Amino acid sequence: MIYRENGQFKVNYRADQQIFPIAQDRFFVLGLIALAAVAVPMLASDYALKAILVPFLILSLAAIGVNILVGYCGQISLGSGAFMAVGAYMAYNVFVRIDGMPLIIALLSGGFFATVVGVIFGIPSLRVKGLYLAVATLAAQFFCDWAFSRISWFTNDSSSGSVAVSDLTVLGWTINTPVDKYLFCLAFVSLFALLAKNLVRSSIGRQWMAIRDMDVAAAVIGIRPVYAKLSAFAVSSFIVGVAGALWGFVHLGSWEPLAFSIDRSFQLLFVVIIGGLGSIMGSFMGAAFIVVLPIFLSQVLPMIGNLFGVEVSIAMVSHAEFMIFGALIVWFLIAEPHGLAKLWSIGKQKLRLWPFPH
Amino acid sequence: MGFFFETLIGGLMAGVLYSLVALGFVLIFKASGVFNFAQGAMVLFAALAMARFSEWIPALLGFDSKLLGNLIAFVLAALLMFAFAWVVEKLVLRPLVNQEAVTLLMATLGVTYFLDGFGQTIFGSSVYKIDIGMPKEPIFLLQSVFEGGILISKEDLYASIVAAALVAALTIFFQKTSTGRALRAVADDHQAAQSIGIPLNRMWVIVWCVAGITALVAGVIWGSKIGVQFSLTTVALKALPVIILGGLTSVPGAIIGGLLIGVGEKLSEVYIGPFFGGGIEIWFSYVLALLVLLVRPQGLFGEKIIDRV
Repeated sequence: MIYRENGQFKVNYRADQQIFPIAQDRFFVLGLIALAAVAVPMLASDYALKAILVPFLILSLAAIGVNILVGYCGQISLGSGAFMAVGAYMAYNVFVRIDGMPLIIALLSGGFFATVVGVIFGIPSLRVKGLYLAVATLAAQFFCDWAFSRISWFTNDSSSGSVAVSDLTVLGWTINTPVDKYLFCLAFVSLFALLAKNLVRSSIGRQWMAIRDMDVAAAVIGIRPVYAKLSAFAVSSFIVGVAGALWGFVHLGSWEPLAFSIDRSFQLLFVVIIGGLGSIMGSFMGAAFIVVLPIFLSQVLPMIGNLFGVEVSIAMVSHAEFMIFGALIVWFLIAEPHGLAKLWSIGKQKLRLWPFPH
Repeated sequence: MGFFFETLIGGLMAGVLYSLVALGFVLIFKASGVFNFAQGAMVLFAALAMARFSEWIPALLGFDSKLLGNLIAFVLAALLMFAFAWVVEKLVLRPLVNQEAVTLLMATLGVTYFLDGFGQTIFGSSVYKIDIGMPKEPIFLLQSVFEGGILISKEDLYASIVAAALVAALTIFFQKTSTGRALRAVADDHQAAQSIGIPLNRMWVIVWCVAGITALVAGVIWGSKIGVQFSLTTVALKALPVIILGGLTSVPGAIIGGLLIGVGEKLSEVYIGPFFGGGIEIWFSYVLALLVLLVRPQGLFGEKIIDRV
């Protein structure tokens, strides 16, 4: 009844091509950002900010990066964890080795180095695709795991192999409390989400989608596959790299290569599948799902266990998590290959006709 | 020189085991076009089942023969793998038939996670031993040629013999039996196979069963070597470059690729590793596979990839 575009006439191209053409969508997104920026910091507890909201925001950002590569350009990647690691470690090096380096530039430079590595490991995508490419990107994962644990230059010769950052300041604002961290991540994520949303509906985004849908046909109509594929790798690994830097700097504070292992790559892929391949909104939904589900299970499973008089240990919960994730992946691929985002858009379609569907 | 040969032979024996895991990948890929990421989880699951059954069965039935216990455990674990194959075909593959290869890959990733959690829920998650009476003491060869001879672990030797026997058995199965012939037909051309009356679904179950058996054998061998633990799944990740090197569709490719990777890994670790600070085993095989990919995208023995529009 409320959600419909009746009466919203577009009289010029600008209005027709704006990012959210329907006024209700515009209000919804603005309201969401306002809610996230004003209401959430006031209401949420420190635990919720630290354990749920910050990881959720950073994983969403990483998922947007992976979605650009896997969902929009159709190049499957199992090396996203490695690109996150490159972002985190290079940002760390830039931050620690250069005196007086501003935090934001350090984070962005992490993204820059991730771009370089991403493009290098994206080169095989010009020759191979699909399954072979998945294995090729695994090479990036294993190589980076090894490099960051064995080459001591990357960890600034720290003896334990783990690195830590402190004194995060942006223009005199010290990022210390969970609320600060949350707001800092929120600013980054909303900016990059907007950027990504605009990118995928611009000419380059259309090129990526054309390559994804059929690369030969795309080449025939004049899209350069080399340029399209490598630019997807570059943009994707830049965003993933920045997300990795944020994950290390803001969320973890101190980290070691294990934080960006192959499991992280799989996790990001799952976020993208569950959220919806080829959808920015879906990246957020998938990330929310994957952050909240383990917390939910660790609360609910012992309760169910108590109901039947079974003691549910932490190990059992983590195994159950594995099983439920695995089953959900298969279920989503079978029942709703386009993920939560598709459910969302189906809901919106229904809402347009509601309450008179005929 | 003696040291070089020792490394070489050690690499070859590791390579045999890689081939065994790679074989499981290739069999399923050929028959159903599914890149089965769950092969590693299957190895772990089968090994866990074997380890726990061989512990439980003698305790339950009250006898004390290791051989009999192992035998029953092996049969039960094999039956479990058959059941798994049937369930996967019913619940995962059939609803996803005709989907893109990448979708199927992601589905097997889901299966991997499920199987990892499921196996550890019912069988427990500590380190278990599989004791099939493999001799541990090393033997020395060619003592007349080299000073001190070449040291070979008897365990590895037996493991490679078992693996070789399995490969031979599989070859006979594929070449001589009617089921094997049907499987090869399916691998060649799904539609043609179906049109002459080969039931695709049953073939898929069979090929997953065969892959389950290779996973079981690989799991038993690796498990008796390094203990049954979660890290067994990484063995499968090591087998991925093997199939890239050998070609996704080639059984001889899987075997030769496995040997090449095994040897290359050990030799590079010993001779190149020190220059990089060691531990290059982890990525060496991947980078090797990557280089092969750049030059020959279909791998050394794979069928040439032809894109038809």
